Amino acid sequence: MKTSVLMKGAALGALLAAGAFAAPAFAQDSIYFSNNAYRTGPFAGSGIPIGDGMRDYIAMINERDGGVNGVKIVYEECETGYDTKKSIECYEQVKSKTIVYSPWSTGATLAAIPRAHVDKLPILSMAYGLSASADGTQFPWVFIPPLTYWDGASVMVKHMAAELGGMDKLKGKKLGLIHLDAPFGKEPIPVLENLAKKYGFELKLYPVAAADMQNQGSLWLSIRRDRPDYLYNQGWGAMNPTAVKEAIKNNFPINKLVGVWWAGGDDDARAGGAEAKGYKSLNFNAAGQDFPVIQDIIKHVVDKGRSTTPKEKVGENLYNRGVYNSMLVVEGIRTAQKLTGKKVITPEDMRRGLESLNIDEARLKEIGMAGFASPVKISCTDHSGHHKAYVAEWDGTKWTQKGDWIEPMKDEVRPLIEANAKDYTEKAGNWPKRTEPCEKSS
Amino acid sequence: MSDATLRPIAGINFNSFRVRAALILAAVLLLGIIGIRFDSSGTLHKIFVDPFDQMVSAPDLLVQTIWEGLVSGVLYALIALGFVLIFKASGVFNFAQGIMVVFAALTLVGLYEKGVPAFLAVILTLGVMFVLAVAIERVVLRPLVNQPDIILFMATFGITYFLIGLGETVFGGNPKQMITDQLHLPRGAIELKLFGGFVSLQKIDIAAAIIASLMIAVLAVFFQYTRIGRALRAVADSHKAALSVGISLNQIWVIVWFTAGIVALITGIMWGARSDVSFALEIVALKALPVLILGGFTSIPGAIIGGLIIGIGEKLGEFYWGPLIGGGIESWLAYFIALGFLLFRPQGLFGDKIIERI
Repeated sequence: MKTSVLMKGAALGALLAAGAFAAPAFAQDSIYFSNNAYRTGPFAGSGIPIGDGMRDYIAMINERDGGVNGVKIVYEECETGYDTKKSIECYEQVKSKTIVYSPWSTGATLAAIPRAHVDKLPILSMAYGLSASADGTQFPWVFIPPLTYWDGASVMVKHMAAELGGMDKLKGKKLGLIHLDAPFGKEPIPVLENLAKKYGFELKLYPVAAADMQNQGSLWLSIRRDRPDYLYNQGWGAMNPTAVKEAIKNNFPINKLVGVWWAGGDDDARAGGAEAKGYKSLNFNAAGQDFPVIQDIIKHVVDKGRSTTPKEKVGENLYNRGVYNSMLVVEGIRTAQKLTGKKVITPEDMRRGLESLNIDEARLKEIGMAGFASPVKISCTDHSGHHKAYVAEWDGTKWTQKGDWIEPMKDEVRPLIEANAKDYTEKAGNWPKRTEPCEKSS
Repeated sequence: MSDATLRPIAGINFNSFRVRAALILAAVLLLGIIGIRFDSSGTLHKIFVDPFDQMVSAPDLLVQTIWEGLVSGVLYALIALGFVLIFKASGVFNFAQGIMVVFAALTLVGLYEKGVPAFLAVILTLGVMFVLAVAIERVVLRPLVNQPDIILFMATFGITYFLIGLGETVFGGNPKQMITDQLHLPRGAIELKLFGGFVSLQKIDIAAAIIASLMIAVLAVFFQYTRIGRALRAVADSHKAALSVGISLNQIWVIVWFTAGIVALITGIMWGARSDVSFALEIVALKALPVLILGGFTSIPGAIIGGLIIGIGEKLGEFYWGPLIGGGIESWLAYFIALGFLLFRPQGLFGDKIIERI
């Protein structure tokens, strides 16, 4: 009896193993791209629209154009539940197959950075992850366009100054930072501390433990006591709708609460009901369906029933952010193809492609994204570009653009990034020296 | 330290846990007082004097903090009660209580989205929780009767993962809005002018406190004074003895798991109204752990008083002492408070003193 079970098990195991070896992971005339997704767990509320946006853009490119220059992209998701441990598993599973690693959490990015420099796999952490990784001389394999959390924090300070009537008006004001008590939440602190010193405003920190994301009562009491003039919310997942609700509950002026771009989900703002009108969030992509790229996605993917997002949710802010992320991947592939003259590229080629990425206004128009985003240019030394962001405002039903695109304080952020990058690689010890040559174009 | 070195002085028994704990506390206080006098940097002043200054100078904020603590405390007590009931009946720490909260709330909101009227949706959700209780009893508990507790405990992990999977398959992972208006739960706040400031009492919080208190009272009475309650206590003492006098274990288990399901639904509505209904709510149930440590796993009054102590204690701690070490201390402070109390009462506030003769 026992032996027969054992035999069956062994046979099954052999069969599975044979299957794994027999079927090639991806065909020769396609490019494989694996994306970390979290459609489950406490952060699914943000993860689902993003994952859908990413998947639908790639599907649209495959459907409409037959892939990138005729090469189809095989898109797969690895479910992480926003758990760093699982994201490392995902990394190990896909590292030999995927063209670029898409971690989708700051914790996952931090864990992947040292590994990727050994495995020579490019990481695309779009506006999240390690701010210092924008230094291409120290981190040749990490890309963090269009801007870093540090840029975001400086944009927040500029927005505050603009509303108050000038940088000199910042003196004596109070800026509160509500942040998730995790690597992601703590990222903007060093820049805000520097800027507070420079411009004479006071910085108050309000950490939220992951276990208390929905239990922010005492934090908001502290806010009531301290009376900050502005609040910057570096929050994610269930923390954001709770913050919006608590702000309303505690009579904090909602138009003085500004979220980082990840706190700009439609569901985040919707939770506050009618009173959430005026809630703000930094942004680097437009919301809405009035763009040729979104119309193409609707035509080629959504209307054919190939999307899991209902049509009315297409074009929501986080969905469009997913679209933007996939656009970066596709344009990276395109650039790499041009550089190497190959159709099916390798991760090494992809790194070169991302490093030479240059999406100008004309290119944005060609890909149906005029007015959807601002131009992005990455260079050999600057892996972020420190591009502009704008302040979006919730009008009660959707996100709208308020005011102009704001340039981050690059002169403040860049020296910090370089110092920090150096510090990181020195502390890591044995950090591989960059051997990859720069492209002529970048 | 051997007993010979510690002779009772004037009738004080130094081996008593309580006396030792009191001595430790006295020593800490004494050090604190001495420290303040010779404290140059002001650290001790910040710990022992400033917070109380703040309480006196802004009493409205003190009242507000205590109110917030009270509301969370009642809600913690409610969650803890769910654990206590199941622990009493089956000797199991029900790891699945958190996901039951999510599952109940999702079912309610999901049914409403399908077009079922709100109150009918509540009734149907209760039906679903009942079916779940029967299913758990049939499929999980009955085959495991008389197994070691750890086996049953692990089985509740299984239930958790099953419910996560089922919930995600049926309702998806998207967060949903709690149907507070449709359930006629009040909105807005009452502002009281007090001590020159204001205290704002959210109507939903008042409703939560009242509903949770009522629920707790009903449960306490039900399990204290009814036949089923007595049977439950018998089962809690010994499964075998209870079976031998004709108590139906299966029936008790269904009742208890169903009650835990009702508690989960109410918890889900109340917490869901404060943020949104998503799988993140699962974590909220873990807030009951320090309450259980403090109140004892078997005591209903323990869960209530424990919940209030933890709720008020953590809010006061976070608000007045949190800023000293950068804030965000609430989550571990709850355990700290529980441990502080255990120093005096190792069996929990109302826990039974376990005397085992060897």
